[in-house]
Amino acid sequence: MPLRQDIHKVMVLGSGPIVIGQAAEFDYAGTQACRALREEGLEVVLVNSNPATIMTDKAMADKVYIEPMTIPCVQEIIKKERPDSILPTLGGQTGLNIAMDLVASGFLDEYNVKLLGANPTTIDKAEDRQMFKDTMEKIHEPIIASKVVHSVEDAVAFTEEIGLPVIIRPAYTLGGTGGGIAYTWDELREIAASGILYSRVDEILVEKCIAGWKEIEYEVMRDGKGNVITVCNMENIDPVGVHTGDSVVVAPSQTLCDYEYQMLRTSALKIITELGIEGGCNVQFALNPDSFEYAVIEVNPRVSRSSALASKATGYPIAKIAAKIAVGYGLDELTNAVTGKTVACFEPTLDYCVVKFPRWPFDKFVYADKSLGTQMKATGEVMSISNSFEAALMKAVRSIEMKVDSLSMPLIAKLSDEEVIEKVKTCDFERIFSICEAFRRGIMTIDEVHDITKIDTWFLHGFMRIIDMEHALEQAEQLDEQLYLAAKKMGFTDKVIERLSKKEVGSLARMPVYKTVDTCAAEFEAETPYYYSTFDEETEVKPATGKKKVMVLGSGPIRIGQGIEFDYCSVHSVWALQQLGCETIIVNNNPETVSTDFDTADRLYFEPLTPEDITGIVNAEKPDAAIVQFGGQTAINLAGHLEKLGVPILGTPAWSIDAAEDREKFDVILNKTGIPRAKGDTVFTEEEAVAVADRLGYPVLVRPSYVLGGQGMEIAYKEEDIREYMQVITRTKIENPVLVDKYLMGREIEVDAICDGEDILIPGIMEHMERAGIHSGDSISVYPSISIEEKHRQTIIDYTKKLSKELAVLGLVNIQFVLYNDEVYVIEVNPRSSRTIPYISKITGVPMVDLATRCMFGEKLKDMGWGTGLYPECKHYAVKVPVFSFQKLRGLDTQLGPEMKSTGEVLGVSTSFREALLKGMMGAGYEMKKKGKILISVRDADKQEIIQVAERFSELGFELYATTGTANVLNRHMVATNAVRNVDEPSPNMIDLIESGDIDYVIATSVKGRHPELGSVRIRRSTVEHAIPCLTAIDTANALLRCLEGDTRIQSCELVDINTVHLK
Amino acid sequence: MKKAYLLLADGTLFEGVSVGAEGVSIAEIVFNTGMAGYQEVLTDPSYYGQAVCMTYPLIGNYGLNADDFESRKCWVSGFIMREACAYPSNWRCDRSLDAYLKKEGIVGLAGIDTRRLTRILRSSGVMNGILYSEGHEPTEEQLAEMKAYKVTDAVKTVTIDQPQVCPATSEFKHRVALLDFGVKRNIQRELCARGCEVTILPAYTAPEEILNGGYDGIMLSNGPGDPMENTEIIENLKQLTASGMPIFGICLGHQLLALSIGAKTQKMVFGHRGVNHPVKDLAKDRTYITSQNHGYAVLGETVDPAIARVSHINLNDNTCEGIEHLHAPIFTVQYHPEVKPGPQDTAYLFDQFVSLMDEKKGGAQ
Repeated sequence: MPLRQDIHKVMVLGSGPIVIGQAAEFDYAGTQACRALREEGLEVVLVNSNPATIMTDKAMADKVYIEPMTIPCVQEIIKKERPDSILPTLGGQTGLNIAMDLVASGFLDEYNVKLLGANPTTIDKAEDRQMFKDTMEKIHEPIIASKVVHSVEDAVAFTEEIGLPVIIRPAYTLGGTGGGIAYTWDELREIAASGILYSRVDEILVEKCIAGWKEIEYEVMRDGKGNVITVCNMENIDPVGVHTGDSVVVAPSQTLCDYEYQMLRTSALKIITELGIEGGCNVQFALNPDSFEYAVIEVNPRVSRSSALASKATGYPIAKIAAKIAVGYGLDELTNAVTGKTVACFEPTLDYCVVKFPRWPFDKFVYADKSLGTQMKATGEVMSISNSFEAALMKAVRSIEMKVDSLSMPLIAKLSDEEVIEKVKTCDFERIFSICEAFRRGIMTIDEVHDITKIDTWFLHGFMRIIDMEHALEQAEQLDEQLYLAAKKMGFTDKVIERLSKKEVGSLARMPVYKTVDTCAAEFEAETPYYYSTFDEETEVKPATGKKKVMVLGSGPIRIGQGIEFDYCSVHSVWALQQLGCETIIVNNNPETVSTDFDTADRLYFEPLTPEDITGIVNAEKPDAAIVQFGGQTAINLAGHLEKLGVPILGTPAWSIDAAEDREKFDVILNKTGIPRAKGDTVFTEEEAVAVADRLGYPVLVRPSYVLGGQGMEIAYKEEDIREYMQVITRTKIENPVLVDKYLMGREIEVDAICDGEDILIPGIMEHMERAGIHSGDSISVYPSISIEEKHRQTIIDYTKKLSKELAVLGLVNIQFVLYNDEVYVIEVNPRSSRTIPYISKITGVPMVDLATRCMFGEKLKDMGWGTGLYPECKHYAVKVPVFSFQKLRGLDTQLGPEMKSTGEVLGVSTSFREALLKGMMGAGYEMKKKGKILISVRDADKQEIIQVAERFSELGFELYATTGTANVLNRHMVATNAVRNVDEPSPNMIDLIESGDIDYVIATSVKGRHPELGSVRIRRSTVEHAIPCLTAIDTANALLRCLEGDTRIQSCELVDINTVHLK
Repeated sequence: MKKAYLLLADGTLFEGVSVGAEGVSIAEIVFNTGMAGYQEVLTDPSYYGQAVCMTYPLIGNYGLNADDFESRKCWVSGFIMREACAYPSNWRCDRSLDAYLKKEGIVGLAGIDTRRLTRILRSSGVMNGILYSEGHEPTEEQLAEMKAYKVTDAVKTVTIDQPQVCPATSEFKHRVALLDFGVKRNIQRELCARGCEVTILPAYTAPEEILNGGYDGIMLSNGPGDPMENTEIIENLKQLTASGMPIFGICLGHQLLALSIGAKTQKMVFGHRGVNHPVKDLAKDRTYITSQNHGYAVLGETVDPAIARVSHINLNDNTCEGIEHLHAPIFTVQYHPEVKPGPQDTAYLFDQFVSLMDEKKGGAQ
């Protein structure tokens, strides 16, 4: 069937902000889908609240609504745009849930909107636990003994029938939010209660626990004719019990014989056929390791994280094909874009092994619960490709940027034998490293580890082979070619080989060759240069075309502080370079992103972003230049190495980056330009830190240099804080000094600018709602600034110009200022792209990355038509509101501070500031309840300011509750407040009040937190477990009030197509 | 570890390590793109005379087991892979790949750049080659033999000597004569599971014997070699097709039947060997993912439209993948619905064959 003739205007739903369990993979999917639809001449209306995405670019859709992903809002957009159809299967669970609600309420019928790619029955059959069970029974597909319940009592009763342990899975949630494995009756009650709470329909599944079975996934596709294919299967190294998003995964399966592979494949195809899905679907199986017994665990009737992985692992563009199927095409009518000759109706076959490794945020969140279970905790992932499992694993490990370059983790190396054995028994994020340490010391055998972990011995043998190689290198009397090459083929870098063997690699050094990912194991010639390295004989790198070759380094895995925005920048840079006539090479290892799509750059290298891996690519490609400023800190860190290799860096030079980070060098620049900053100093030890803090006077801001996202940054109010901080930070070896600065609690202002070496262009000045002290990524940010006086604005422009020139910025620069006591201080300068580039580009219409890239080629801003200095302010306000994933990370304090905690962001756009703020907050998940009960507990420093805040809530009709100290202040100031016992006082206290479910908002600020045992942290965690909005800064509370005090209905807001905002 | 080598007819030399038996082996070198199923590949008689290079790099991961043999022995002339797993893991595994190849006397080669070899075969077509392990360096005569090598007497070599009866494994319905041109066990298993008592017959069984044997249908098996070599069988098939008996042919069986009705076959550049080939059933307008192993193909345009129609085509290269007789209950496919290895999507063809026998019987009653 060709394109359906009844479709002309399609609404595509995105997935909203990045949260754990729903990350960049949906930008990749949505972008592919939008392009696929526009290729067909269809008009595309896109809705996504996430401004950092590529899909929300004006070039991606005809109409782009960066508006809250809420049902009322999508309804209003439908009323305004009147699309004839809606495609909800590429926007994750968020998009799907909204569409299902619109179907159920009859809204889509009422407005004659056809649902593409799915039908409500399909979705219910896959997602409603009971219907899923009935469906599987109907087609004789086995599932695990389970029961859907709606109460804790029923959960207990059913568990009595099937026995502990059981798994609790809430219905309709992301990444298993609120679920878990219960081994005891107490755990069962606790997890069941939280699961019911998090489920959209108050429903959980209690399931027999089959932990230890193999977990196998299939990515399957089906078209309207009924043609079905498998794109890829994957095997989780961690058996059933660890969420697949937190598992190390290999593709294809390694330990399944053909019969097992086909048995599960047939089952997956039966399921997609029965569900009648037209598009992509993910089926997860548990396979008994000792028989052919299997069970279907879960079906995702949409494009998912695993489909992004499967796409990158095979080269098969699942999202694009799913979009084409949704508008009528058959798989047999579509071409395999990789070969350009064969059809899309086939099954990719791999001639390499793929390893996916999750990236967890535990390096930042040291107090969060690091165990792994059914609730996903990783913020991102990397993928690596090689033709041996060992080499792929080694590549993956050095791609995750956890400061490891092999299967050895320094902290685990310091543990005693007993502690290592204990750690092997603990299913946490470092378990692979613990197992390897046990093997390294010879204190556990493969069988012993298998008995404990149930990890298949095939994988354990793989780990052991790596350890055996380590030993061989350590014991080698001399490093000969045979040993060297064997180590290289196993994925060891020269650096590791030299460290272990204590010998120079010298003349043995060998460069990798590059093989192609071609979907067909070389059976057909591939048109897409998508490469991975191996130590083999033949390289497949295409000869140079004669165009100028420019290498763009990507940003690696998504982590807190370095998110999807850097992918946005990398991709735009590639596009700009192509416009400039260059041949582009992208290097990245993140399977979730647009940058690693085979048709983004002219050449794609799916490789770790480390010096040695880059050396290989430089050797193979001999690029004329490289760009590092768009790939976040990951790429910046490689600037020096590229220069050493003789590859010119386009844009801001490496020394400038160093000068901006190095305290002393930066001070020289500030002195020269006469720009003030908070006083401070650099230290290496605890004692030095205390001395500096004493000299400056508390509070002070302490942070390591050369980090992103305020990693390990804190405000210290007293000596103990400094000491605790320095102890934590010096646990790992520090290569760079720690900065101690006087903390100025003023208004924070942020600027992104483009500099051509002479002139600057500032597309916009942003102002933070929260005062300095809260990381810029966690602050509500407003463009254009709302309260900055003209003189300060001029100062900011002046400083930006001076700093850009002095730092020889060529391209993008991000500068943060603080306005304190009527004076502008500079906080930091980042001579690179920043988190705010995508949103400022979109709202102002200034194509920042494009202009920055052209500057690197010598073009001048004054000739580009966008002017210089401050770009005229837009008549629209854009408010960026951070989004957090606190419910996924048990034990993590939600108090905002200088260390970034948010995983994503949304944007609210309107000509009215209040409306923009309202949309931003609604997009971030605030329900805008206008009456109810609010509980307040603030630190002493906030007690004056809280009075007015409380009064305003009171005037809105809220009933106030506060802890004794706060209540006293409020009552003294005639704000009637009920006093509640504090958390450390006997029950009933404020925790009981929160747990009662009666509270609608909590304001809880405290001097400092982090440790989960602290009372204030327990309060905040409790709000998370009960899904109560908790404001941890007075400024955020004021922002919320500003919204609540007016009309909060989306229906009365103007809906903005971002493509029309900057039309003059 | 002992070294081993592959020397191709074009002079390309691959150096790797020895797996399985040591020695020397001359063969036609082909590649298979399946990611699993090496045990079935090794024991598929259709690979007679060929050395198979697996494109998936990690081979032997799950070892071998007693259930997954597709015939009585290993038929490949050599086995080539990037890495042979020495520590297999699977609950059914009872021997390693290396041990099996040693026992069967098959020369194996691991540790080479298999993708490079595949790319050579893809562009130059299947090529002769000689596999040898260290200490078994080929002589001039062997090199000359390699260059002149052609797979001959294939069916003759692989077919069984004596008929063998396999009882139905579900309620008895039909008696099927299965002509063994190099049959994979799963063809017989699929039929037995559908209530057929299967008699496996030597490839050269006289047609009268079959027609008078009290069978309800004839199954033509897969097998190795150049189909045109089998002139005697092609003649026999002419009699069988004229009999009105339901006939189902697979792979070589399909090619021989096509030849018997006047169509032509041709050697392909590098053939189809894998488990991911899209085949369209033209009447149903449905595409299925199929298991394939063939180096020759029926030329669709040579099928006489008065006698039969091309029922299936391969979507990658539009080659003929199936024929349906217009006047007799006969159909054949080039691919392997019995799988092992491969996707089970076209097992319905066995049901179709059983239905033809049902109809035939119903009509006779």
